[in-house]
Amino acid sequence: MKRMLSIAMLASTAMSVSMPAQAETVFLSTQLRPIEEATAVREELLSGLERPVDYVVEEPPQFAVRMEAERQAGKHTISLVGALHGELSPLADKQSLEPLDDLAKKMADAGMPQSLIDLGKLGKAEQQYIPWMQATYVMAASKDALQYLPEGADINKLNYDQLIQWGKKMQEETGAPQIGFPAGPKGLMPRYFQGYFYPSFTGGVVRTFKNSDAVAGWEKLKELWTVVSPNSTNYDFMQEPLASGEVMVAWDHVARLKNAISGSPENYVVFPAPAGPKGRGYMPVVAGLAIPKGAPDKEGARATIEHLATQEVQLQTASLVGFFPTLDVQLPEDLDPGVALLAGAVTATQSASDAVISLLPVGLGDKGGEFNKVYMDAFQRIVLQNEPVADVLKAQGETMSKLMSDTKARCWAPDAKSEGACPVE
Amino acid sequence: MSTVSKTGFISARRFLFWSGIVALCAWVLVPIYLVTLGALGGRTGAYQWPKTFLPTNVSLQPFILFLKTEGVLQSFLNSLGAAGITVALSLALGAPAGYALARYNFRGKDSYRLLVLLTRAFPLAILALPLTISYIRFGLYDTVLGVGLIHTVLALPFAALVTQGIFLGVPRELEEAAWVFGCTRIQAFFKIVAPLALPGLVATAVFAFVISWNEVFAASVLTVRERTLTAYLLTVLSESPMHYRFAGGLLLILPSVVFIFAVRRYLFAIWGVSSK
Amino acid sequence: MTQNRPWIPYALILPSVVFLCLLFVVPLVQTIWLAISENGVPSLANMRTMAGDLNFGRSLINTFLLTLAVVPIQIIMALTMGSMVSKMGGGRETILWIWTIPLGISDLAAGMVWLSILQNTGYLNSILFGMGIIERQTAWLTYQTPVALFIGIAIAEIWRGTAIVMIIIVAGLNQVPKEFKEAAEIFGASQWTRFTRITLPLIRPALQSALILRTVLAFEVFAVVYTLGGRNFPVLVGEAYNWQNQNQNYGVAAAYAVLIMVISLAATLVYLKAIKVDPERLP
Repeated sequence: MKRMLSIAMLASTAMSVSMPAQAETVFLSTQLRPIEEATAVREELLSGLERPVDYVVEEPPQFAVRMEAERQAGKHTISLVGALHGELSPLADKQSLEPLDDLAKKMADAGMPQSLIDLGKLGKAEQQYIPWMQATYVMAASKDALQYLPEGADINKLNYDQLIQWGKKMQEETGAPQIGFPAGPKGLMPRYFQGYFYPSFTGGVVRTFKNSDAVAGWEKLKELWTVVSPNSTNYDFMQEPLASGEVMVAWDHVARLKNAISGSPENYVVFPAPAGPKGRGYMPVVAGLAIPKGAPDKEGARATIEHLATQEVQLQTASLVGFFPTLDVQLPEDLDPGVALLAGAVTATQSASDAVISLLPVGLGDKGGEFNKVYMDAFQRIVLQNEPVADVLKAQGETMSKLMSDTKARCWAPDAKSEGACPVE
Repeated sequence: MSTVSKTGFISARRFLFWSGIVALCAWVLVPIYLVTLGALGGRTGAYQWPKTFLPTNVSLQPFILFLKTEGVLQSFLNSLGAAGITVALSLALGAPAGYALARYNFRGKDSYRLLVLLTRAFPLAILALPLTISYIRFGLYDTVLGVGLIHTVLALPFAALVTQGIFLGVPRELEEAAWVFGCTRIQAFFKIVAPLALPGLVATAVFAFVISWNEVFAASVLTVRERTLTAYLLTVLSESPMHYRFAGGLLLILPSVVFIFAVRRYLFAIWGVSSK
Repeated sequence: MTQNRPWIPYALILPSVVFLCLLFVVPLVQTIWLAISENGVPSLANMRTMAGDLNFGRSLINTFLLTLAVVPIQIIMALTMGSMVSKMGGGRETILWIWTIPLGISDLAAGMVWLSILQNTGYLNSILFGMGIIERQTAWLTYQTPVALFIGIAIAEIWRGTAIVMIIIVAGLNQVPKEFKEAAEIFGASQWTRFTRITLPLIRPALQSALILRTVLAFEVFAVVYTLGGRNFPVLVGEAYNWQNQNQNYGVAAAYAVLIMVISLAATLVYLKAIKVDPERLP
């Protein structure tokens, strides 16, 4: 027994000693977390760098905790962070990001649109992050579903009524609901409400949370939900149920549809999300690269940023993981056909005449999770539990109001600008 | 005539008995078999409909591919390390306490039992949160040692209670006889008691190992880079394709099956003695 | 042995007490404080948020229902398994090993195992489809099929958690002296009478340990539920986890944790009172 103990002790100390010291540039990212994507980053996108980069992924909540903990403790291990615009903004608010103005200038010279670069200032004088890649949410349908499309409907200009009709027809013909949404615990359903549902029906996100347009919108959603697969509340990624044939039509983030589409591009069409009475809401997603103050390996981090922002790597990123370049480059003809399909839908969304752009929430700090919960609770109560719309919106609206006044977050597009905390009207 | 019907009756009973046993074995084994099929079937297997129950289209390729994924091997080693620390610490701290509980009556014995019981009644994942802050302060955050420590909190009560049973099972007379023959207490313990208690201690060690090996939440809250296998799987698997998830599930199951096999003899010994 | 050196037992338990204080009691107190304070002042705000939350009532009910459904079945299965092996000659060890395997399987892995069976394209649907019972993939794990979802989760929990009960009970059965049974057989007691009158009372300590351990674990059920039910089947620990991770509100998470602890302790006390066993045999 003693021997066994001492062996176990030895083994464990040996293991903790042999852990690599900080020889590598630690790159912590909230994006490209799934195993296949992370592998692509490590083996393809980050290869060819002089200094080895240790690519670590973290879910957004833990990312926030981690960054805050490092800031407070003053012990830094992370040299480079990759995260969404909205996830980086609390860090910038706490003055914990290195200014990157020289890099921003280089990017501008390499052909990154100035508007995109300015996003990376996060409202400050100095450049806080370098835009890394962008994406948005689209819908995908298997070609078998097209035969049920209502007559006269243009798939690139779908509205909610047509989507509902289409869903009904599919349910009648196939015997099961065929539309899917990622409403599982890790799905991006909150983004559907913030970037698609609310802007399309109310032209706002927070201000219009409980107005009459919103009530009408929720009624419409209830109608839609009768033809949505009940498994939706278990779906986190729509590529799985699409590929396995559980659903024929799905809404999700491009990167979360990519595996299904790239797997057999000839079987799918990809198109913009439907429009409501106030237009076709959509939410662009920008991920940026930033260097925390006190980073142990700033040089390595800078080299990594420059590497990831080269034209070649940006195109490689698009074809491997389905995120699009921030550089103004033409996607090549021979691009992965699945990614080309997704790119087509993104362009169609952005150039739609009725497009309503909706930004990611800013200024919520660590309350982003509770902000999402307001929408998901409303969804659960109204759609799943069939509670009266107005009552639920009133109650959830109060929670929202309190959240906004606690965080003092100002309104963001498409809501009209506000002086102080964004009000719920 | 009557003997025939009687043997018929008995063999029917035997048949029922054995089919019960077989059914219960199938109940345990079939799901594991199915997840193995899933792990070895690759992407196409995961989407296949309807599924076949025979191992067609199975290859080790998807599983090996999974094992080669960056981070899997490292987290496997981290899990081993954390479990090693848990085993060592929970025995080193728990066995003396178990011995004290078995051999002595002392004031505070019941309070001690209550403390131990409390650790079982509280969802430890939540404790990881206040611990995070202290861990960062003491440099334990994101280390295998830190994970080992919190897992020891889980395994220690168990070790103390089980070793108590084991030491109760070693007759006190033997130990006292050794004292008569001039052994010191410590000598008597290592010469007489320890060898007799060894099988039970080994089983306790394996239990501690399994507890640490399977713990998910504390490990995922307290680490970022030095993930244990479960913590690693929790972050990556929920967002990975099905066949990866099944491969991960299989990788989690296999070592436990081997460990349990290794100690199957002792499993019942420890509980048997401990409820004496 | 007890009198001459009274400090010995204290010296023996001291290391573990110190360890548990540092790594358990201190954070436990911090957590309780977190649950009953807001910005450093005592307050019931977290408790109120918890009790007012949409999923609070459901998660409480679900947790209790699941415990009530799972624990008795596990005890019965374990007793059956126990009496079966006690009648076996050869092969006993192998059978026991097989039955014990789930002990080593984490709830995370168990969730994945059952997901592979119960999902739409899973094995259950494949069988039913093959037998012609269903015409197309049927969903079992949705909010529209709460009963099927509940049964699915309960089955997965039973699959995973019966082994520990069985080990404790088999060990208890091993302790029942043969003489008792033989005596009862001589007096012509039926098998059922022998079981209820002799075996059951004699394995009370084991039964109590098993009940306490399993019930406490059942209140902490989470990963299996999360994997199979997603957000369709909220349970207490899952809510605590969501408040901590998704919503980043540690106060409410702590409130849930304290509630779970109170429930677990209460259940333990009930078992201790209901099944009287002499104190030496406490778990």
